Amino acid sequence: MQVTVRYFAALRETLGGQETVQVAGGATLGALRDQLIASGPRHAAALQRGRALRCAVDQVLTDESAVLADDAEVAFFPPVTGG
Amino acid sequence: MNVSIQREDFDAAREIAALRAGDAGVGAVVSFIGTVRDRSAGNGAVDTARMELEHYPGMTERAIEAMVAAAHERFRIIAARVIHRVGVLQPLDQIVLVVVSSSHRGDAFAACQFLIDYLKTQAPFWKKEHRPDGTAEWVDARVADDAALERWGLSSGNAS
Repeated sequence: MQVTVRYFAALRETLGGQETVQVAGGATLGALRDQLIASGPRHAAALQRGRALRCAVDQVLTDESAVLADDAEVAFFPPVTGG
Repeated sequence: MNVSIQREDFDAAREIAALRAGDAGVGAVVSFIGTVRDRSAGNGAVDTARMELEHYPGMTERAIEAMVAAAHERFRIIAARVIHRVGVLQPLDQIVLVVVSSSHRGDAFAACQFLIDYLKTQAPFWKKEHRPDGTAEWVDARVADDAALERWGLSSGNAS
């Protein structure tokens, strides 16, 4: 199945605004992050474990245990700093 | 519409007037305005020439609308309005407005603080500060902002 992955702030500057990614059916957000890390050095540096990152699925904050559906909109971004 | 994300400036007096217009049950209105400082380091040195604010169109609005709904559940408030600016801002510019109306002041004060504490750690906005020397860097999230939200019994998980 396929999902759209969006990036914001510093991640957007290194990885671009969005990409379409093929993932296994029933994949979790954590599995998608692993797959992206394995896809190349820029992704590995930006998404590496231990780096403070937040994530959303279909525009709701969630964690890496979230199970992805086909056509899901996933987002990775740094801790937020509004207000 | 009680949540707006916009590039344009806002007029707090007009927003307050609109929020309480025609409602004689309102006895208190509390507002918070966040503004752009020209210094971010703790030493007071002027180090910010301008600021850029990015957001996640769609998600940001939905997230703040959910926060307003949570404020209505927790406090006896009558109405709330949130405006957050995005794009390029200068020192002295207004960034964010939170206005809450209620019958009595206690709930309006509490709900206003709740909303800005919640927004700062859970709404998808990112600030980039441009230095006078031409360099720029993304602002780090503050642990103190997480602590501010945790006082309301909500875990933040943003900076920490």
